[in-house]
Amino acid sequence: MSLLRFEPKFFADLIKVTLPFTPETLAGLEAGELVSLSGVLYTGRDQTHRRLCALLEQGEPLPVDLRGQLLYYVGPTPAKPGQVIGAAGPTTSYRMDSYTPQLLALGLAATMGKGARSWAVRQAMRQEGAIYLATIGGAGALLSKCIKKSELVAFPDAGPEALFRFEVEGFPAVVINDVAGRDYYEMVAQKRGS
Amino acid sequence: MRVIDPAAVTSAVRNLAIEAACDLEPDILDALLAARDRERSPLSRNLLELLLTNSDIASREKIPVCQDTGIAVVFAFLGREARVEGDLVAAIQEGVRQGYSEGYLRMSVCDPLTRVNTMTNTPAVIHLELVEGDGLKLCLLPKGCGSENMSGLSMLPPSAGKPGIIRYVSELVVKAGSNPCPPVTVGVGIGGSFEKAAMLAKQALLRPVGEPAGRPDVAELEAAILAVINEEGQGVHGMGGNNTALAVHVEIYPSHIASLPVAVNIQCHAHRHKEVIL
Repeated sequence: MSLLRFEPKFFADLIKVTLPFTPETLAGLEAGELVSLSGVLYTGRDQTHRRLCALLEQGEPLPVDLRGQLLYYVGPTPAKPGQVIGAAGPTTSYRMDSYTPQLLALGLAATMGKGARSWAVRQAMRQEGAIYLATIGGAGALLSKCIKKSELVAFPDAGPEALFRFEVEGFPAVVINDVAGRDYYEMVAQKRGS
Repeated sequence: MRVIDPAAVTSAVRNLAIEAACDLEPDILDALLAARDRERSPLSRNLLELLLTNSDIASREKIPVCQDTGIAVVFAFLGREARVEGDLVAAIQEGVRQGYSEGYLRMSVCDPLTRVNTMTNTPAVIHLELVEGDGLKLCLLPKGCGSENMSGLSMLPPSAGKPGIIRYVSELVVKAGSNPCPPVTVGVGIGGSFEKAAMLAKQALLRPVGEPAGRPDVAELEAAILAVINEEGQGVHGMGGNNTALAVHVEIYPSHIASLPVAVNIQCHAHRHKEVIL
């Protein structure tokens, strides 16, 4: 299936997806499919998660409505004068695992980072109909080219961990967990074992 | 006794920080090229191609290779016939501060408990060593923590021997999956004490990627561990393939008769390291 799709021209073969997702798009994506994302997404990593969940605990409103959105785990390098953003590749996702189910319960549609998610997050994704994507770790310069606009939304004192709103174009990613509960890392491991 | 000006140290460290973030060294680029040529999985081959494209963009446009420009680890090898007039450690810290700020690098250092960012990327982790000569060699290893977090240390029983070492190291790397951004370079420290093994594992990463250890039995052990890791077939970013690790570097040191410390420090494919001799 999807493995064969990657063979020739990488970017030309990606499935084009517009952000934010529609429920139909979400449901149509399968683990292992390579996508090219265009549209709006939000960013957050350790400190953003800690603060968002603290606000939830206190019953305070969040600085952004996450319903239907994609949350990208990234802490970019600062933009030089004339740049939209500096390097902006994914950070490792498991560190967000303890916070993710709460955000998914709010209606967050998808998350993106790198590396496998916990069993609890996978269960929560199945329950909420959410997906998880991985993008290319350590390709921060290349990925910065897909970010057309960057705007600070909240937590400026967290420095690189602030919450940004990005407008992206042709941003590449792999679907790791789909709404059916499949996990692409596991599928690759099973393929090796067989 | 040769006298070294601390201002020269600061300026050298500043430049190393900026260059390391944007320009990969030939050793890691060659290792990635070789991996692409021997990669059997089409997807992993494509990903390696993208990583090489990424390093091209980074070097040409001076954008950091990776947004995790790391906690700065600095090895300073000071010649016995050289003396730094003033505070060597402060000079290095100031160089890191200047480099990260003036190079538009990410400030990634915070208080471990409050998690408040120092916003200067200092303090750096500095290791001083006295060596022969009248120079000062500064090696900068900006260490990203996707890979650093996957590192480990085990006090193995001596009876575990080489098979135990191979099993511990390979299982740790394979279990890390795609978290440390494979294809990785694996630094292994064997022997000494608890902290010595960890230091050796870090120092092993200063060796040019893929250069075998000087002692033949150690080089054989490196090859054996590498083979076991790559046979597991996790590939680039866990997407399947025969390049999970580019190289395994083992450094050894005599240990206590009761002890076999083994430390593993994992480095991502964006293996940034630069050095200069003053």
